[in-house]
Amino acid sequence: MLGFILKRLGLALLVALTVSFISFSLLYLSGDPATAIAGESANAQDVQAIRELYGFDRPMLVQYFDWLWNALRFDFGQSYYFKLPVADLIADRLGVTMRLGLAAISFALIVAIPLGVVAAMRPNSLIDKLALFLSVAGQAMPSFWFALVLISVFSIKLGLVPASGSTSWRHFILPTVVLGYYAMPAIMRLTRAGMLEVLSSDYIRTARAKGASEGRVMFRHALRNAIIPVVSLAAVQMGFMLGGSIVVESIFALHGAGFLAWESISRNDLPTVQALILVFSMFYIVFTLLADIVNAWLDPRMRAA
Amino acid sequence: MSEPILKVRDLRLDIPVPAGTLHAVRGIDFDVAPGETLCIVGESGSGKSLTSLAVMGLLGSAIRRSAAELSFDGIDLQKASRRQMRALRGNRMAMIFQEPMTSLNPAYTIGDQLAEALRLHRPISKGDALKRAADLLRLVGITAAESRLRQFPHQLSGGLRQRVMIAMALICEPDLLIADEPTTALDVTIQAQILRLLVDLREKLGMALILITHDLGVVGRVADKVAVMYAGELVETGPAEQIFRNPAHPYTRGLLDCIPVPGRITRGQRLGTIPGIVPSLIGRQAGCIFRDRCPEAIPACTGDIPLRELARGHRLRCIHPQGRRIAEEISA
Amino acid sequence: MNLSQQLPTAEQILQPSPAAILRKRIFGHSGFMIGVAVLAVIVLMAIFAPLLSKYDPYTQDLVNRMVPPSFMGGESDHLLGTDQLGRDYLARLLYGARVSLFIGLFAALISGVIGTAMGVAAGYFGGRVDAVVTFLINVRLAMPVVLVALAVVAILGGSLTVVATVLGLLLWDRYAVVMRASTLQVARREYVAAAQVIGTSTPRILFSEILPNVMNNLIVVATLEMAHAILLEAALSFLGLGVQPPTPSWGLMIAEGKDMMLFESWLVMIPGIILFVLVLAINLMGDGLRDITSPAGRN
Repeated sequence: MLGFILKRLGLALLVALTVSFISFSLLYLSGDPATAIAGESANAQDVQAIRELYGFDRPMLVQYFDWLWNALRFDFGQSYYFKLPVADLIADRLGVTMRLGLAAISFALIVAIPLGVVAAMRPNSLIDKLALFLSVAGQAMPSFWFALVLISVFSIKLGLVPASGSTSWRHFILPTVVLGYYAMPAIMRLTRAGMLEVLSSDYIRTARAKGASEGRVMFRHALRNAIIPVVSLAAVQMGFMLGGSIVVESIFALHGAGFLAWESISRNDLPTVQALILVFSMFYIVFTLLADIVNAWLDPRMRAA
Repeated sequence: MSEPILKVRDLRLDIPVPAGTLHAVRGIDFDVAPGETLCIVGESGSGKSLTSLAVMGLLGSAIRRSAAELSFDGIDLQKASRRQMRALRGNRMAMIFQEPMTSLNPAYTIGDQLAEALRLHRPISKGDALKRAADLLRLVGITAAESRLRQFPHQLSGGLRQRVMIAMALICEPDLLIADEPTTALDVTIQAQILRLLVDLREKLGMALILITHDLGVVGRVADKVAVMYAGELVETGPAEQIFRNPAHPYTRGLLDCIPVPGRITRGQRLGTIPGIVPSLIGRQAGCIFRDRCPEAIPACTGDIPLRELARGHRLRCIHPQGRRIAEEISA
Repeated sequence: MNLSQQLPTAEQILQPSPAAILRKRIFGHSGFMIGVAVLAVIVLMAIFAPLLSKYDPYTQDLVNRMVPPSFMGGESDHLLGTDQLGRDYLARLLYGARVSLFIGLFAALISGVIGTAMGVAAGYFGGRVDAVVTFLINVRLAMPVVLVALAVVAILGGSLTVVATVLGLLLWDRYAVVMRASTLQVARREYVAAAQVIGTSTPRILFSEILPNVMNNLIVVATLEMAHAILLEAALSFLGLGVQPPTPSWGLMIAEGKDMMLFESWLVMIPGIILFVLVLAINLMGDGLRDITSPAGRN
């Protein structure tokens, strides 16, 4: 178990390092970042000054290691636009995004797992078909459009919830639904498939032969095994959700990290964008790492390995 | 012999399939009494596993069950509610399965699974249940029982897992144990041990045992009574001794010719085989179900074949008086 | 001799031929048929856009702005009304289908080539190649797609080709995962071993033994990735950082209609529904293909 965790941790570090290099170098795609910062009206002298000020005149690898070294100490430089330390900006905004992400994944799990279980208990029943329809529709629904539809119905027509802002919990309801709905189909399908497979296994027959009740068979014996792959999926979805928060936060004007990403991309604020790509990747890496460890703990066969 | 604990009369199992109805089991009768071993013998697909699941009430909803009588210790199993069946299963009647490798839940320890079997039916603390579980493991010949309780199924060999399955089935001291090919998936040496264990425990606990197998070699060693199933019908039943000494049905004889039994087969003689395949069971069947593969078949075999009593308890479903054509029939 | 022995059994008679099974699976699969039919209609609409609308999608008519669709009482010959700049909504919708389909096909093609090459190499060669590919898949999965795509498109400028290429370079992960698994399965079969034994060259084995046998799965992933790319392009354009105006992208149309949503909700509903229908059709086709081609994948 310890060996497995160490190996998995090493891999996570290597992935993180590679991601950091990619996110750093992505922004040199434009050629000269100094020109970008200086703006169109700047003359050659200004550009040169900026180049030296930010150290763009050094070799790229040197710049990378410099940036990485600072990033390790949570120093991502100054935001070009906000004129504030990027780390402070992100720290300030991350809370909203984390709250949204947690609410959305909880919402998705609370709806999708029971739906998947019921669909597997009664394959081809009405509820199974309804769940299947919801999952197919959910995959095809553009999240930003779904958000607009929800706003027009629940905020504008019915006036039940606020359409934008992030000051109260009620502001989080619609964004949670939009972001959570997006993660539901995959969770529902995996739960259903896992339950179907487990329910036809020999040990479920054994549990019934023992005299266990249907509820006990379903939840203690079947779901316990079927849920294992769902844990990994939920972690992956959580990582994707942070990425998806850009769209949702910008529609609902939730001032989280996703909204910050949209602002800084629109304003060519390169250090903030770089830092955000790195931060979002780190969250994904940490979530999947945790999921693997939880998985190993849930599945005794992996625990021993 | 005491009163039978399980009585089965005219049991039928039908499975609706796209092409019609598959009559998987067609009107079979048998009894088992406490302390008695009944072996149900037949090839795969003969309906013997379905029969045992039908007794346990573990058939899926896709299979229709009907019987003139299906009673366990005087309880009508056809009228029993789900709750009543649950109270019987694992408690007064228990079952072990063919696949020890996959029949235990991979997510729980052996101790958890054994204790669960007991605590479902007895008001007993987890600690006491684990103590009893350890006793049971020792009973089925597992050493270091306490440490086994903390292990997970994947840490055990197939033979050990089957012993655990047996321990789990016996933990509530059932009156009836059904063992469905308990040794098929195991090594030959382990097979003999498990079989020996089952018979010993039956004697020790005085329960009724139904052993389902396709291996007549097994039957010869342990059975009191034998029921030979072919394509969903019981073609011959009777005391084991009778069946082995005086097999009447051509199918039973065919099965016996397939195994080398000392004294019955001389050195150098070829073992027999039964030619042909089992017929489709979809739609209505008439006449003897074995006639297509039977060396003794005559035109009259397409008619109704009643079950006849040859000797006390020895019954036969064959048109021929002793299961063999007599001279005048052949010349006719 | 018993006569009934010569007769075929009921099961033999009732056994359908493989071709019949496939036919039944395809035509019995209503989801697949609906998906194909809807997709065909949208493709035809995109191809024959100039014939289906007499208006140009770029011509502004500031006098006739936001005319409602004729079925909502708009009294003009603009079937789906006009947008904020008086451009014919139907024409923009039809030409917008070209944008979505182009992005979907182009991105699915680029990512398909990258992902298949990586997946097949990993599955066939195993060892270090596999380790490197698996690592790259992990790296790719850790990158937030929307964020990276937005940033890169913002830097390089939002032309159709740039958006399609960037999405293509980002969406290869599922191809790589599926192709790796499928190749692993196929590479163990006897005919591959046989080809290796008789000295067939590696490229030849890959192209004539491996690829044809993983093609089913490849096509299924391609349809799903195409849908994925179309949705992402719409989201990017909606955020104003994808395809740039005045190109008629559905995502952009929704963004432009957003501010008018309170009064003229059809400006948002029409492009949203058509986008939903297109993605749904492609997904239905992909899901259907998977069910039809995989013997065990009926659930």
